[in-house]
Amino acid sequence: MTQIKLLLGDEAIAEGALQAGIRGVYAYPGTPSTEITEYIQHAAVEGIHCTWSTNEKTAMEAALGMSYAGCRSMVCMKHVGMNVAADAFVNAAMTGVNGGLVVVAADDPSMHSSQNEQDSRFYGKFAMIPILEPSTQQEAYEMAGHAFALSEQEQLPVLLRITTRLAHSRAAVAIQTGRPTIPSRPASDDPRSWVLLPANARRKNAALTAKQPHLEQLSGETPFFKVHWAEHGNGKGIITCGTGYNYVMENRALQAGFHILKIAQYPVPAGKVREFAAKCSEVLIVEDGQPFLEEQVRGIVGGDYPLKGRLTGALPRTGELNPDHVAVALGMKNAPVYGIPEGIVPRPPALCQGCGHRDVYIALNKVLADYPSSRVFADIGCYTLGALPPFCAIDSCVDMGASITMAKGAADAGLSPAVAVIGDSTFTHSGMTGLLDAVNDRSNITVILSDNLTTAMTGGQDSAGTGKFEAICIALGVEKEHVRVVVPLPREMERITETIREEIEYNGVSVIIPRRECMQTLARKKRVEQSKRNEEATK
Amino acid sequence: MKKDIILSGVGGQGILSIATIIGDAATRAGLHLKQAEVHGMSQRGGEVESCLRISDSEIYSDLVPLGAADLILSLEPMEALRYLPFLHEGGRVITSSSPVRNIDAYPEEKVQAALAGLGNAIVMDLDRITREQAIPKSANVVLLGAAAEFIGLLTPEQIEQSIRNVFAPKGEKVVGMNLKAFEIGREYGNRQ
Repeated sequence: MTQIKLLLGDEAIAEGALQAGIRGVYAYPGTPSTEITEYIQHAAVEGIHCTWSTNEKTAMEAALGMSYAGCRSMVCMKHVGMNVAADAFVNAAMTGVNGGLVVVAADDPSMHSSQNEQDSRFYGKFAMIPILEPSTQQEAYEMAGHAFALSEQEQLPVLLRITTRLAHSRAAVAIQTGRPTIPSRPASDDPRSWVLLPANARRKNAALTAKQPHLEQLSGETPFFKVHWAEHGNGKGIITCGTGYNYVMENRALQAGFHILKIAQYPVPAGKVREFAAKCSEVLIVEDGQPFLEEQVRGIVGGDYPLKGRLTGALPRTGELNPDHVAVALGMKNAPVYGIPEGIVPRPPALCQGCGHRDVYIALNKVLADYPSSRVFADIGCYTLGALPPFCAIDSCVDMGASITMAKGAADAGLSPAVAVIGDSTFTHSGMTGLLDAVNDRSNITVILSDNLTTAMTGGQDSAGTGKFEAICIALGVEKEHVRVVVPLPREMERITETIREEIEYNGVSVIIPRRECMQTLARKKRVEQSKRNEEATK
Repeated sequence: MKKDIILSGVGGQGILSIATIIGDAATRAGLHLKQAEVHGMSQRGGEVESCLRISDSEIYSDLVPLGAADLILSLEPMEALRYLPFLHEGGRVITSSSPVRNIDAYPEEKVQAALAGLGNAIVMDLDRITREQAIPKSANVVLLGAAAEFIGLLTPEQIEQSIRNVFAPKGEKVVGMNLKAFEIGREYGNRQ
């Protein structure tokens, strides 16, 4: 039996994973991947692990452990999370898996909510494992199931790569009703695969490398791989994948005479590509992300073949694709009738009214006005918006945890005062180890650990360290009297500025913890309480 | 037949609820639908936009191409104008005239002048309407009501049923308030 559900691409993957009988999902929240794990949490299926992990590396390793124990597990993250998980991810390809293991990477071309537009397919190729790339929500659902079967069949982790547009777009998906139970396998008992000492690792590396032609063949045999030959062909071909395929079809390229080859699984099926290109006079590559496919097809068809794509300027070199870019590349055009009227200005996002981060930045700006040589190293989260007016309060934001470690390095070089601003969830994700470095070197830094009791930026998920921050900082070696808690409220301004000033004057590591609940989570709690009261009143 | 709709506004105004209601109606009617939403950083009081496409045949792109939208539904006047390049020649703008002034130097006069210059716009003072009718949280559904006649593919009755479905978990009072908002919007749209 099937039923129709209106699902985001993210939710379709989650539903597919539930159908595939996962025993757990491991993830750290990150746009545009967060809703996968949230869907599984809301489904509340007994026996499925679905609480948040501290970061993507702990998530990847826990999922690998679950696979080792014989169960199917999934790891979800945004593209930059792949950098954090990379050590575990790449080496999981060396150990191989026992229970099926699927890694979902949600890329963010155009950087809607990210600091770069790296393409996770490069990671899959780097690790030499199969990569799946769905075009539609229906494929996202079906590929999740396919990915687990493939993972167990090949005894390798499988990477499922999506982009923001698919992750955060809704469509009707036909799903199976009822959830089958997939019997778990016995736990692995094979140290020769799992202990990556050089002798074992060399053997595993040789086996993984030898498997590549087989994996390539599978990419051309998957039901998601498609070739459409145009009825009245113009001789030209298009090789596409993922959301790129949708924009090709939207422009009715097939009806216009283009032959179309859709790649859905990697390694790139080189034979199929060569065969297709040979039947075309020229080929356009349409892919969302970096020119991953284009570079490889260039290698397959040779330097003289007329190939067009992002590298040749037929499509924009960077940024998310859209149907208009593809229309232009196909020699068609969707022309706007109306322009944007003169005088329309951008409306950038801002910290919420009443947000505690606002009070933190007001206080910090007030104090640092007296220290012209000061620099503020910030981090990833809502408080990155402190970069914008009216605050203009931060000097850097690079990667999860870099606030503390960059402040440390700058302080080591003599920069003073060196201030770090980091949120509670980012601190447990990747800030704690850097704080230990600073303590061990007695670096002269002031860390502001702005604690709003949640992972706010991604929608208010539980934060791993809530209730534990003073204990963590003291345990890492920060002196007790230099771990200071303040309440970020306008009426507390004097106390906050005084505390910041004192700790900047202290030569060593200090941590100031401004603590007040996020306005959004607070409002949500109040709404839930109100609707409970309403329910009881109507009873 | 296909309808391409751009929903726009400012983060937190409730444009996604409009999408949810139309989505529910379209799915129950067995129509194809694609709806691209904005999550994450852009929601913090910044500009937000959602592409909503419904059709009786397969839809490929999640994004509406330039010059293709039949409707722009906006809860904020400047945000309606921002997406004009997506509107086709016979397309229509239905927007609130109540500005959200959360930026420095909001271009009040330019926005009003540009709106007045659009021949195909329904401009509603949603702040006033919702205040007078005591439905403060239902501006989005008033807007949906005004658009109901122009969505095609779905009847106002089908949309009304989806309002019941979508707001049911919030209680009968909220459902009633939104049905009233929808009716007020419909009357407004019909008068145009």
